[in-house]
Amino acid sequence: MINFNQVYKRYPNQYEALSGLSFHLERGEMAFLTGHSGAGKSTLLKLIALIERSTHGQVIINNQNLGRMPKWKVPYYRRMIGLVFQDHNLLHDRTVFDNVALPLIISGENHREIGRRVRAALDKVGLLGKERNLPIALSGGEQQRVGIARAVVNRPPILLADEPTGNLDPELSQEIMQLFEQFNQVGVTVFIASHDHDLISRMPYRRIVLQNGRLAE
Amino acid sequence: MNIVERFKNYLLRHIQVMLSSLGELWRHPLASIMTIVVIGIALALPAGLLVMLTNVAQISGQWQDSHQISLFLNDEVGDTRGQQLAEQLLSWPDISAVEFKSSSESLEEFRELSGLGSMLDNLPKNPLPAVIIVQAADDFSETENIEDLLDRLARMQDIALAQLDMQWLQRLRSLNQTAQRAIQILAALLSISVLLVIGNTIRLSILNRQAEIRVIKLVGGTNAFVRRPFLYTGFWYGFLGGVVAWLTLLTSLAVISGPINALASQYDNVFSLQWLAGELFLALPLLGVLLGVLGAWLAVGKHLSAIEPN
Ligand SMILES: Nc1ncnc2c1ncn2[C@@H]1O[C@H](COP(=O)(O)OP(=O)(O)O)[C@@H](O)[C@H]1O
Ligand SMILES: [Mg+2]
Repeated sequence: MINFNQVYKRYPNQYEALSGLSFHLERGEMAFLTGHSGAGKSTLLKLIALIERSTHGQVIINNQNLGRMPKWKVPYYRRMIGLVFQDHNLLHDRTVFDNVALPLIISGENHREIGRRVRAALDKVGLLGKERNLPIALSGGEQQRVGIARAVVNRPPILLADEPTGNLDPELSQEIMQLFEQFNQVGVTVFIASHDHDLISRMPYRRIVLQNGRLAE
Repeated sequence: MNIVERFKNYLLRHIQVMLSSLGELWRHPLASIMTIVVIGIALALPAGLLVMLTNVAQISGQWQDSHQISLFLNDEVGDTRGQQLAEQLLSWPDISAVEFKSSSESLEEFRELSGLGSMLDNLPKNPLPAVIIVQAADDFSETENIEDLLDRLARMQDIALAQLDMQWLQRLRSLNQTAQRAIQILAALLSISVLLVIGNTIRLSILNRQAEIRVIKLVGGTNAFVRRPFLYTGFWYGFLGGVVAWLTLLTSLAVISGPINALASQYDNVFSLQWLAGELFLALPLLGVLLGVLGAWLAVGKHLSAIEPN
């Protein structure tokens, strides 16, 4: 599902964030991406989401070679990837409902379908009663769950999360991780960047460890 | 989702964005009104000048049709002979009206128009000739025919000079053309400024919504989707600006129509003010919309690539 083959990423300032990276994630697999701060975790996820492009090497996602993808196809490609960020990236002038509905509005769903799917996603993250609230009125953990609902609302086959528990206490972090597990159990490929060793070590999933932009052994 | 439903959703989405862009303007009424009024004035100015010019062109056009020729008679031709000549000319098929003015009548008229009054009494003899003013028949609209008539008249022995009263008209017309060119340039400059005003206003609202644009792109929004609300904002600015321009013109013309009608009555009402209200009611909002959407497009274009991956 996620296939990196000798991938290099050099930023415009000549800094090489990823060097000769190769790994493979199966369809339906759940894995963690760990490593020190600055190791290249975010960069790697950005390559998968096509927020950045690799300088060298192949990134192949769901049998599509991202290096060959023309610009106009990128938005449609991104619709099959759910993204969760550390700082949620919610729109603060819109209700929880409108935030979660955004991907569906973009893909042109009809009104009824949007209502149905948004409520299903909010139900799954346990926020059904809060759909009319503004994000500001929610706790940090709740905001992160809105972000997760938005990421899964159009049922993408891949879910990427960049430090999703970075701002949360251990208990809330645990809950968020359980949510990801639930999505993985219904077949979603889940890839989570995190440097929260305590949390990760308690969970039975593969770990891909980065060190200065390379795989650590 | 089948095609029909997809199209229906797309259309609904457009209407929704159109209305919410209008709502967005409504939420900042003062800023919106200021922008709209600036656009309105910038559109009204060239349009108002165009209305003036159209009226001048229309008036000079009417005079052109009248084909008036002045025949200056030889000094030795007396009033009776002059009258006879006038009547004779009236029987020509290509002449529709004549008016005889004796030399003393010409002097009277000159005295009145010039305001020289009794100073003219000191002249040893009346220097002005008798004049017959001839109107060519209406179907003589071709210049060649009127030149022909002019020729025949000039060759008559009692006539010293036959002059087509059109030189001043030609001058007026070339003046008019110059003014038209000037207005075109002004209109182009003001259109550019409308473009810039709208572009800049929308640039500011893009800066305010950069986080939102980023999120939209991250969850798979196309450039068209990002652009759409801004294009509709430009649409509304331009449209409302056009309507304001039209109202401004209507008010200004109502204010000056009084003096103009008074002026017209002194000239036997040969002209009346043409407002072009109907044409402008369509043209101004249309032009506004065009400029608004284009300005928005240019403003958004630059910012779309800034949020692209690479
Ligand atoms: N846009 C960028 N331009 C230049 N350097 C960058 C950019 N983004 C990240 N980097 C650098 O690349 C390295 C890896 O960053 P990142 O992928 O964010 O690491 P991590 O998420 O593991 O902390 C860091 O040294 C960072 O400074
Ligand atoms: Mg990071």
